[in-house]
Amino acid sequence: MKLILAGIALAAGFAALPLITARNDLLNLGVQIFLSVVLAQSWNLLGGYAGQINLGHAAFFGLGALVTRMLWVSGVPLIPSLASGALTAMAFGCLIGVPAFRLRGAYFAIGTLGLAEILRITIGNLLPEISTIPAVALASYSIVPRYYLTLALAILCVAVVAALVPSRVGLGIRAVREDEAAAEASGVGAVRHKLLAFAVSTALAGLAGGAFAYYHVSYYPQHTFSPGWTFDAVLMSFIGGIGTVHGPVLGALFYVILKEVLAIRWVEFHLIIFGVLFILVVLFLPGGLVEAWDRARRLFRT
Amino acid sequence: MILTQQLILGVLVGGLYGLAAAGLSLTFGVLRVLNVAHGELLMLGGYGTFWLFTLWQIDPFLSLLGVGPAMFALGLLLYWALFQFVVKAHEEARIKNSLLIGFGLTLVLHALAIQFWTADERAVTTAYAGAVIRVGGFAIPLLRLSSLMFAFVILAALQLFLAKTRWGRAIRATAEDWEAAALMGIPVGRTYLLAFALGTALAGIAGGLVSISYSISPSIGIEWTLKALIVIVLAGLGSLFGSFAGGILLGLAEAMSVVFLGGPYREVVGLILFLMVLLVRPQGLFGARG
Repeated sequence: MKLILAGIALAAGFAALPLITARNDLLNLGVQIFLSVVLAQSWNLLGGYAGQINLGHAAFFGLGALVTRMLWVSGVPLIPSLASGALTAMAFGCLIGVPAFRLRGAYFAIGTLGLAEILRITIGNLLPEISTIPAVALASYSIVPRYYLTLALAILCVAVVAALVPSRVGLGIRAVREDEAAAEASGVGAVRHKLLAFAVSTALAGLAGGAFAYYHVSYYPQHTFSPGWTFDAVLMSFIGGIGTVHGPVLGALFYVILKEVLAIRWVEFHLIIFGVLFILVVLFLPGGLVEAWDRARRLFRT
Repeated sequence: MILTQQLILGVLVGGLYGLAAAGLSLTFGVLRVLNVAHGELLMLGGYGTFWLFTLWQIDPFLSLLGVGPAMFALGLLLYWALFQFVVKAHEEARIKNSLLIGFGLTLVLHALAIQFWTADERAVTTAYAGAVIRVGGFAIPLLRLSSLMFAFVILAALQLFLAKTRWGRAIRATAEDWEAAALMGIPVGRTYLLAFALGTALAGIAGGLVSISYSISPSIGIEWTLKALIVIVLAGLGSLFGSFAGGILLGLAEAMSVVFLGGPYREVVGLILFLMVLLVRPQGLFGARG
């Protein structure tokens, strides 16, 4: 309950920000935070709750961006473009999910990594030119609608995961993570639940990609398929705390803000810090920041 | 004509794929950990050779005598600091945790390399860099041929070590069944340490050869990790020369794709092969054991 209230307060605070300030750098930082929340939370649904390490998350982000951008630039209204992007990502997810979930554990991870690389290289070859918003749209470009769109997506994404997790299906998904054989024996279809988590996860990643395509003025289509998006999602989820709803949100806030602070002096330096932090979390603090916070609180209570 | 020339180049680069894969297959096969930072270790070895050459003009092939042991030491350090915690878990958690730790290591090493050497592409350019042997109208770059032979010699030496020495036998026994090995009085922990360090040294030497005959940059890691994984999936675990042959097979497949599909799809062919094999053998590389 406290967490829900904290979440609402956080969202309200962010929603009020453009009313208080018109500083573009702050609003851009906001967009990055919201996109990161969607990326991390969508990864967390499959990685944290269903226990499947997807190292090809960028593929779905990229597909969403690609489809949304193409439709939107050619004149289709934004919302249908975004929906098409999300649906494409989800359809692709379901298509590869059926064979991919025959792979266990690490093989699923390296399989999805390989798949994303195939897409990245192919897209880079097919669409080598930079994609820029047409001049007409560029003239009326404003950061504020992008800010609210990505904020709304972040809220939607957190709400979807928060609603899914305690439901019957969510319990099934977690049961599969804990013990596939036991879940099957209790009548919980492992592949069905993994596929469901994957479908929602990829659709959300596709939405994030679509929002990125709406937000970014010009970029190379290949860029949205780069493994960096996957890596960001994995780092944020783990550092925040996988398998919790608030972990990835915390992780995204922490990651984006610290990255911004560090980037003033050292580009790329944040990856050294976050890489080390990530290793430490995997080895010694599997619950991430959320677990650290809980431990600290218990320490002070006694 | 073009095809044959490409196939020759394919065999030459394939030997390096094989060497890179042999290191990964050693750690994967013995420790049952999947170190996805293998490509980054290779990259570090490449920069080691590059440094020795640019700072002190040490011949790159000679410098491998220094880079190999240095990377061996780095392997000891990495095992001690990170991977010894991973091997305590049971098999499935071992692979998953090592994958995650390797992933973190990947990010750190990549970012460190950018800090140290910038993101530019580098290569060791020796006086004899452009030398070419001509055989019946085909050109064989001397450096790449020497690299291939060097890779083969290294693998042969390692094979001899595994076959003939006490520690080599310990490594093979542990790979086969670590519990039985432990019961026979083999110090499994130290065997793991040795195997991991050897794998790291192999990655470093492969990287040195890459910097001599091709080029290196901080971002080559993921590409080489994937190459090594592809070769392992194609050739299976457990045999160094199997990895070498698998590497050459991948080199040939890439060469064919360059001729028939064009250069840009070169990287895709191996990955598609990789996914196809994974789908046929979804249980993974250890058969039904996992």
